[in-house]
Amino acid sequence: MQKYIIKRFLMMIATILIIATLTFVLMHLIPGSPFEGERTTNPTIQANLEKFYKLDEPLHVQYLSYLKSIVTFDFGPSIKKPNESVNDLLARGFPISFELGMVTILVALLSGIILGTIAALRHNGLIDYFAMTFAVIGISVPNFVLATLLIQQLAVTWDLLPAATWSSPLHMVLPVIALATGPTAIIARLTRSSMLEVLTQDYIKMARAKGLSPVRIIIRHALRNALMPVVTILGTMLAGILTGTFVIERIFAIPGMGKYFVESINNRDYPVIMGTTVFYSAFLVFMLFIVDIVYGLLDPRIKLHRKEGDA
Amino acid sequence: MNEHQLDHAKEQIKERVDEVDKSLPVGTSGVQKNRKKSKKVRSDVKVLQVNNLQVSFRTYGGEVEAVRGVSFDLHQGETLAIVGESGCGKSVTSNAIMGLIPKPAGIIKNGRVLFKGKELTNMSKPQLRKIQGVDISMIFQDPMTALNPTLTIGEQLTEGLRTHKKVSKQDAKQKAIEMLELVGIPNPTERLKQFPHQFSGGMRQRIVIAIALICEPELLIADEPTTALDVTIQAQILELFEEIQQKTDISIILITHDLGVVAKIADRIAVMYAGKIVEIGDKRAIFYTPEHPYTKGLLNSVPRLDLVEEELQPIEGTPPDLFSPPQGCPFTARCPYAMEVCDHVYPSTTTKSDTHAVDCWLQDERAKVLQELS
Repeated sequence: MQKYIIKRFLMMIATILIIATLTFVLMHLIPGSPFEGERTTNPTIQANLEKFYKLDEPLHVQYLSYLKSIVTFDFGPSIKKPNESVNDLLARGFPISFELGMVTILVALLSGIILGTIAALRHNGLIDYFAMTFAVIGISVPNFVLATLLIQQLAVTWDLLPAATWSSPLHMVLPVIALATGPTAIIARLTRSSMLEVLTQDYIKMARAKGLSPVRIIIRHALRNALMPVVTILGTMLAGILTGTFVIERIFAIPGMGKYFVESINNRDYPVIMGTTVFYSAFLVFMLFIVDIVYGLLDPRIKLHRKEGDA
Repeated sequence: MNEHQLDHAKEQIKERVDEVDKSLPVGTSGVQKNRKKSKKVRSDVKVLQVNNLQVSFRTYGGEVEAVRGVSFDLHQGETLAIVGESGCGKSVTSNAIMGLIPKPAGIIKNGRVLFKGKELTNMSKPQLRKIQGVDISMIFQDPMTALNPTLTIGEQLTEGLRTHKKVSKQDAKQKAIEMLELVGIPNPTERLKQFPHQFSGGMRQRIVIAIALICEPELLIADEPTTALDVTIQAQILELFEEIQQKTDISIILITHDLGVVAKIADRIAVMYAGKIVEIGDKRAIFYTPEHPYTKGLLNSVPRLDLVEEELQPIEGTPPDLFSPPQGCPFTARCPYAMEVCDHVYPSTTTKSDTHAVDCWLQDERAKVLQELS
């Protein structure tokens, strides 16, 4: 186990390094610079600015100082908002995005698993059909369409919930619904199909023959085995939710990371682009690592490392 | 260990030779006498009574009449083997007794299952759960799939006990260790923490047996318990059954299509065909004096080590379609002795002795006259 974690940790560092390098290359491939805009800047001022931000140095030197900034986790000040450092932006925006993302994934997991399980238990019943209809709709409707519809109906027409911004738990409801519907639908479908398969297994029949209560059979014997596919897709789903937050945050005017992320690219705000990208990828890689660990915990047959002498 | 196995195999062969060979008068075989010294007198206590049990399944293609009126009694400490080919209703019968018929597709259309006088077929599910696993236990065919891969052996052993009998975690664990010792698993204390994939097939079947026996049931239903195992392990598991039965006086229903297994541990045999018991009797009666042509066919289709015969004799044809079971005897189409009447009317049961009964028209007085004439 220890060996595995060390190995995975090294791989995580390599992954982040590759992402950082790609980001750097792509960033400099985009035409334009932070100081090119509608207004033309005085060439001397521009030269001075470039010197200040060390943009006049050759690319490989910039690359090295960029790597250094990753290691020290200090990305310096933003170019567009000189009085704020990238770390400040991260500290302000990330907790909000994190909150939105985590609440979404929790809601999606809970409702998806419950819905899928009930659908499987009532296979070909009314609840099953309802759940699967919902799942198809949930998968097909993009979250930004859902978001605007929700705002239109629940916030504007019926005035039940706040339409935008981020200040109370009530403000969370609409963006979380918009963001969680797709993943909920996918999880429900997956849970249902693998649950249906697990329920026909001999060990479930054996659990019944033991005279255990149905609740115990479902939770202890069936669910654990049925959740394996769900855990498998959790990693990619997480990435989807993270990027989904960018769009949803824009629609609901939530002051999360998404705003800075998108703006920084439009503005060629190099330090912010680099900081947010590296931070996000590091976060995602770490979450995938957690998912892999959970996998091994759920199913003892999955060995996270190969024992010496094992074939 | 090897020597032991060899001895054991020899013993088995001897036993088979003795039991199947009809030329020997009953009881003259010395080997058999010695081996069977502990075979008990049949108890008068009826643990299980099955009366005219009928089970059907609703499918897209129509209704399948899987079990069509099965009746038998099971006495305390007795082993009844239900034999027959695939699809004859053996497993459905055992599932019906156990209350494991999948609803809503499967329905018990008729009949009674009395366990120590209590009717099981109309019991509510919570009531039934107080009997399942406690008084009646079941062993499944494939030990590779019967254990939950994600739970430890210890948990799977103790959960039944902890659900049904209010025992402490520590006591349950102690009992689990005892059970593992009983079924012959070394280092039981350490093994409790392991998962099913860390055991071999034979070991897993021992664990399945331990799980079935941990609540000390009075009736054990074993649905092809050795089919998925190789021959040496099979023999060990059968020994284990005999040993347990001697210790606990448990009644066993053994579902199998392996007559070798039957010869080894059954006291009585019920032969099933197309959802009906066509012949039932003592092991001796069924092996030495089978009356039903199907039973005879079954016995003839078993490879025998004692005869240098060239070929096996299979029963030609296939069993009838249970979507629309025949009116008369279902074996008519494959029966070499079939008569006109067989096609139209199901024969009534002829009692050959206290324990031996057969459903066949050949037993009818008129048929006997006919046979003598021809």
